[in-house]
Amino acid sequence: MNPKDQREPGMAGSQLPEASSRRDFLARAAAAVAGAVLANCSPEEREAYLQKHFRELTKDELARVLSRLDADYTKRFGKPFRVGAEPALANTLFGYALDLSRCIGCRRCVYACVKENNQSREPKVHWITVLEMKKETGVDVMDSDAYYRAEQVPREGHFYMPVACQQCRNPACVRVCPAGATWSEPDGIVTVDYNWCIGCRCCMSACPYGARHFNWTEPKLPSEEANPETHYLGNRPRPRGVVEKCTFCVQRTRKGLYPACVEVCPVGARKFGNLLDPASEVRYVIENKRVFILKEELNTQPKFFYFYGV
Amino acid sequence: MRTPLPLSAALLLAGAACTPEQGAPPLPGQAPEAVAAAAGADKPAGRPGAEEFPVPPPPFTEGVFPCSQCHEDLEPNLERRELGMHEDKQPLRHGDRERWCFDCHNPKPRDMLRLASGTLVPFSESYRLCGQCHGDKYRDWKVGVHGKRTGSWNGKKQYLLCANCHDPHAPHFKALQPLEPPPRPAEIHD
Repeated sequence: MNPKDQREPGMAGSQLPEASSRRDFLARAAAAVAGAVLANCSPEEREAYLQKHFRELTKDELARVLSRLDADYTKRFGKPFRVGAEPALANTLFGYALDLSRCIGCRRCVYACVKENNQSREPKVHWITVLEMKKETGVDVMDSDAYYRAEQVPREGHFYMPVACQQCRNPACVRVCPAGATWSEPDGIVTVDYNWCIGCRCCMSACPYGARHFNWTEPKLPSEEANPETHYLGNRPRPRGVVEKCTFCVQRTRKGLYPACVEVCPVGARKFGNLLDPASEVRYVIENKRVFILKEELNTQPKFFYFYGV
Repeated sequence: MRTPLPLSAALLLAGAACTPEQGAPPLPGQAPEAVAAAAGADKPAGRPGAEEFPVPPPPFTEGVFPCSQCHEDLEPNLERRELGMHEDKQPLRHGDRERWCFDCHNPKPRDMLRLASGTLVPFSESYRLCGQCHGDKYRDWKVGVHGKRTGSWNGKKQYLLCANCHDPHAPHFKALQPLEPPPRPAEIHD
């Protein structure tokens, strides 16, 4: 059928029923196309395509989605995978603090993150970007270098500022998403549902921190390097064409563990904890140290705090 | 830690101004129990007001501990001098003009550290020694803000001794080679 012939049903000689509107036609055409496409899919693919929004899934539906993903990843990587969906813990609002007076820019956090969170190895996707800045000019993002190479760090006259998702309380990325594929969880983690992301990258242009990353090609993740302990909203392997970002290691932190970057940092510059717990490390930092948030003037209200432990 | 009886007796006799739980008179007789405790096998549970920090064993260079295996029969020499043996491996870069071995190490029993007050401290509690001068860092370390914590953000945490990260004789951090930078956008679009 040539759609051109059908485009203007009001024209004389139209073969469509009289009540047919442009809207009805488009709806029917879309359904026909979807039907035709889905007819060629496996039952699993069809189920994935028709999957409801993550937050609207019933318990049973969620369990089915997770077991479908378990099986899919287990088959693809040739080792047992577990996709969890642990919900946010009660009375928890995650916060992060990073000591700029300690960080030496060694990028150990960047690669611990890649390993933990199953980022693409080729092309490389990094959720943490370490910015090299000059002590002379201070914190100046426009005058920073993310691509520095050196025999040894810290380099004379420089300091280092790792930047990843700031887990904003007022996240611009969430506001612009046309698909509702990204949102703030009750524990403050901004997450992405890779099954709902349409890859439009609006969130990437909205984020003032460069914290969101796009899978331009099919992510390459060698099965011997894949981390099989995953979370639906976190480190499960991603397809091509979706956006991903730091999730405070949701698969670890909702089980009470520290994020991978905290545990690897050789200088102990990274602090993580519950902002609602007055005895937590992050609360101590906020109450006792000189603290700032990045690009405060944008009113994004990050839960990621930079401080000078000195 | 249990108070070694001979040590307490020596302490009373010497009449030194020491804390009640552990004393270090200038050069008392050898107290074998104190040496056994120094390696950290004994936990500091008995000390009044003791705070328990889950720390790993001290990172001794292989073969150097207990110190007494060599120093047992050597007369302590308090003179500042060329050391040869320890200094060729471990030159002192920690306020080396102001400080010398026995500011931190106890002459006898040799397997203990020694606070300015004369209190003996096992190597497993070396943070008490470091905390004498670095009080602000000690305070931050106790609450988990100075230094690395691993384990659970809402439960059991693993601490590290100061000496696990800082070489006590040269505490400044060594430089590291950074890992690879991220690809530039142009390299991805290829």
